[in-house]
Amino acid sequence: MEKRVVFRNKILPYVLVAPQIVITLVFFIWPASQALYQSVLQEDAFGTASSLVWLDNFADLFRSQEYLHSFRVTLIFSFSVAGLALTAALLLAVMADRAIRSATAYKTLIIWPYAVAPVVAGVLWYFLFNPTIGMLAFFLRKVGVPWNPTLNGGQAMILVIIAAAWREVSYNFLFFLAGLQAIPHSFIEAAAIDGAGPWKRFWTIVFPLLSPTVFFLIVVNLVYAFFDTFGVIHALTRGGPNYATNILVYKVFNDGFINLDLGGSAAQSVILMAVVITLTVIQFRFIERKVHY
Amino acid sequence: MLERRPLLIFFTHAVLILGALVMAFPIYVTFVASTHTLEAISKSFPLLPGSHLVENYLKALTVGPQNVGATVATMMVNSFIMAIGITFGKIAISLLAAFAIVYFRFPLRMVFFWMIFITLMLPVEVRILPTYKVAADLGMLNSRAGLIFPLIASATATFLFRQFFMTVPDELCEAHRIDGGSPMQFFFDILLPMSRTSIAALFVILFIYGWNQYLWPLLITSDEKYYTLLIGIKRMLDVGEGQAEWHIIMASTILAMLPPVLVVIFMQKQFVKGMTETEK
Repeated sequence: MEKRVVFRNKILPYVLVAPQIVITLVFFIWPASQALYQSVLQEDAFGTASSLVWLDNFADLFRSQEYLHSFRVTLIFSFSVAGLALTAALLLAVMADRAIRSATAYKTLIIWPYAVAPVVAGVLWYFLFNPTIGMLAFFLRKVGVPWNPTLNGGQAMILVIIAAAWREVSYNFLFFLAGLQAIPHSFIEAAAIDGAGPWKRFWTIVFPLLSPTVFFLIVVNLVYAFFDTFGVIHALTRGGPNYATNILVYKVFNDGFINLDLGGSAAQSVILMAVVITLTVIQFRFIERKVHY
Repeated sequence: MLERRPLLIFFTHAVLILGALVMAFPIYVTFVASTHTLEAISKSFPLLPGSHLVENYLKALTVGPQNVGATVATMMVNSFIMAIGITFGKIAISLLAAFAIVYFRFPLRMVFFWMIFITLMLPVEVRILPTYKVAADLGMLNSRAGLIFPLIASATATFLFRQFFMTVPDELCEAHRIDGGSPMQFFFDILLPMSRTSIAALFVILFIYGWNQYLWPLLITSDEKYYTLLIGIKRMLDVGEGQAEWHIIMASTILAMLPPVLVVIFMQKQFVKGMTETEK
């Protein structure tokens, strides 16, 4: 799509795009290419000389048990967050869509936690589940669950999943509700006249019509869980106990800034970039399809 | 709702009320904890607000937590400057770039377009170390510029404005040119006023985005003078073997949530519009 009528000026358009392009070059393209470059270098122990090692850094990563473990942890974490946040949000949105008159009131009550930062979400849930001071930790122990996420890796994982999914429910709810309200009422009424109950109507009519929204949200939720949950992990578990919640973005930060392993951290960055690019491409392919749909 | 079965209606509302309660519960508990003394919180689990609200919030705002070195008031000002800087910066540079890309034909136009598009794929998290190095080389560590500039390039805002400009009728531009007006006059007198609703929607989304930044400020601020509130809260929790001042931490947490939550509640229409449009 192009404009028919345009202005003619040789210099002005460059001046106009300059701020955006300068920022992009300095803070995005240059650092990303540095990451690519460093990912094929190996620095010596004193950081004085570096030599070209091609793909050795990547090979090291995929041979490292720690990295493969972090990859597995990230997959479990991301799919659990997406699954939990999508299921809860879909249930609430279907209910809100049914409660016609009070839908707006419920909407306000459910969407506002989205404004809470991931790190603050981490702090909130840390306070509830902290073994020494947490209210829910206390009740869990009362009913006989030996709750201690600072020692038990599985419990730590459950905790970060809940904290990360909590604010994403609001986001998904908003999109599901919009999707549900866009489904023509006549479809549902026609099915009801044919004798289909609410359960059957949902699975045969509503859910298939909602599937583009579901697919879009799965991708967005995975991107969120992969890249925006640094704050949740940093506030709740710092990747522990014993690396049980050491997701990839946390590991990049830790290896780069705490352990100062430049080549390894850069190689991890490059792999993460490949993941974002893949997810973004999937998302855009899907949007193209929706346009013709 | 087609069926008018009372049980089904009851079930619907029960699920929704339960959902709303679960969503609000962590924040409610935090608020309650922020109104009690540290002793009360550590001994029992109060479920109703206490009488120390004013005292705790005043202490957080004016004295600050012991191990951070900055008051919550200072950190809120820092967060606010960062959020507003990012919001206005992103909107301004995106408006200009979208205007150039839509209303001019020039060599490299598509190259620039793709360059902006690529920023979508490079979140801070995947390029932290080299970006940190660039900021350090430019002398941007511990500065407001360092907190704001690296975060203001935005593909989504540029695309949103591009989409919007494409829908502006060509006749407006044609008439303006026939009247002998300059491109910048067209931008300020016609395009900008017409973009008001898009700008408002983006403002809400970007303010929340800016206020909630965590990883980047964590990397580049080591001087307490530039701590944002989210960094401050995390520091308050890192007491090692000591006792965390939970009542002050919880008061600070409520204060950290307040601006973005108020924006969502009072500008809900713009918020919903911003959410659904930036994701296209």
